[in-house]
Amino acid sequence: MRMELIQPFINAADAVLADSLQSPTSIAHLSMEEEGYRRRGVAALIAVSGDIEGRIIFDVDPKTAMRVASRMAGQELPESQELMCETVCELANQVIGNAITSLNDQGFHFRVHPPELHTSEHGDKSSEDTEALVMCIETCSGKVFMNVAMRYNRRRHEERAAVVTE
Amino acid sequence: MEQFAPVKRKDGQPVRYLVVDDSVFARKNLARMIESFGGQVAGEAGDGCTAITEYDRTNPDIVLMDITMPQMEGIEAAERIVRSHPNARIVMVSSVGYQDNIVAALQRGARHFVQKPVKPEVLYEVIKYVLGEDASVASAAGAGA
Repeated sequence: MRMELIQPFINAADAVLADSLQSPTSIAHLSMEEEGYRRRGVAALIAVSGDIEGRIIFDVDPKTAMRVASRMAGQELPESQELMCETVCELANQVIGNAITSLNDQGFHFRVHPPELHTSEHGDKSSEDTEALVMCIETCSGKVFMNVAMRYNRRRHEERAAVVTE
Repeated sequence: MEQFAPVKRKDGQPVRYLVVDDSVFARKNLARMIESFGGQVAGEAGDGCTAITEYDRTNPDIVLMDITMPQMEGIEAAERIVRSHPNARIVMVSSVGYQDNIVAALQRGARHFVQKPVKPEVLYEVIKYVLGEDASVASAAGAGA
């Protein structure tokens, strides 16, 4: 994946998490991964389609999800599986929405699909052109993992190139 | 959560909101903000289709509408609501805040756009702006702000 695609996700994760949790965050780990995705805790998947296509998975362990939910709500919330899932989906939605906004303003056109819970233990193995970026973000509530696998949509790219040369 | 000087309708009643978002968590957070503005949640919906029926049922003063939702997205729902209720006040609340999206929402009848994560102070100002002369702000002293 190219840096122009990666940077907006790093910036959005940092900004949204810091803002939602009212506390600074830091990138603890950043790597490219060719192996298949392996779920760590509560995971939400958001698919994107358009000039760039792929998926982003947000993955948070249950205790961290509860702490994040309480901080975002501004009050201590009782532990519940539904709340953990809701929190991770909404967090994913906000981070990815902000990243897509930035990419869109750079001229890439996308459609973001609603978040879905990723319940299987494993995901598809990455291919040469959908190598995944794995990011671990350290927050005051615990670690948040983001797995981004996206590629340029060649057909859309060729269609656009054809329009430009006409 | 911080308390704001209550925004009331001209008749002194609390402003009634319809909150539309496919995330229950997001709806609850918005409901807490509405409460801190002195408002009242008249209804909730998790998708655009339900938003339309809930609008007809509750006739709210203002709608807070997400964009990316299953079944029917927020921009289409906003357009349909405004078509049948030209005076509907709809504020789009979404994390997807690129220019094309904002322009499309405004062209189809939304009055304003607030990007997620929502800052209560930003939403409060937008609500006051969108309600305009149809609302008044009670004195801060009485609100404990």
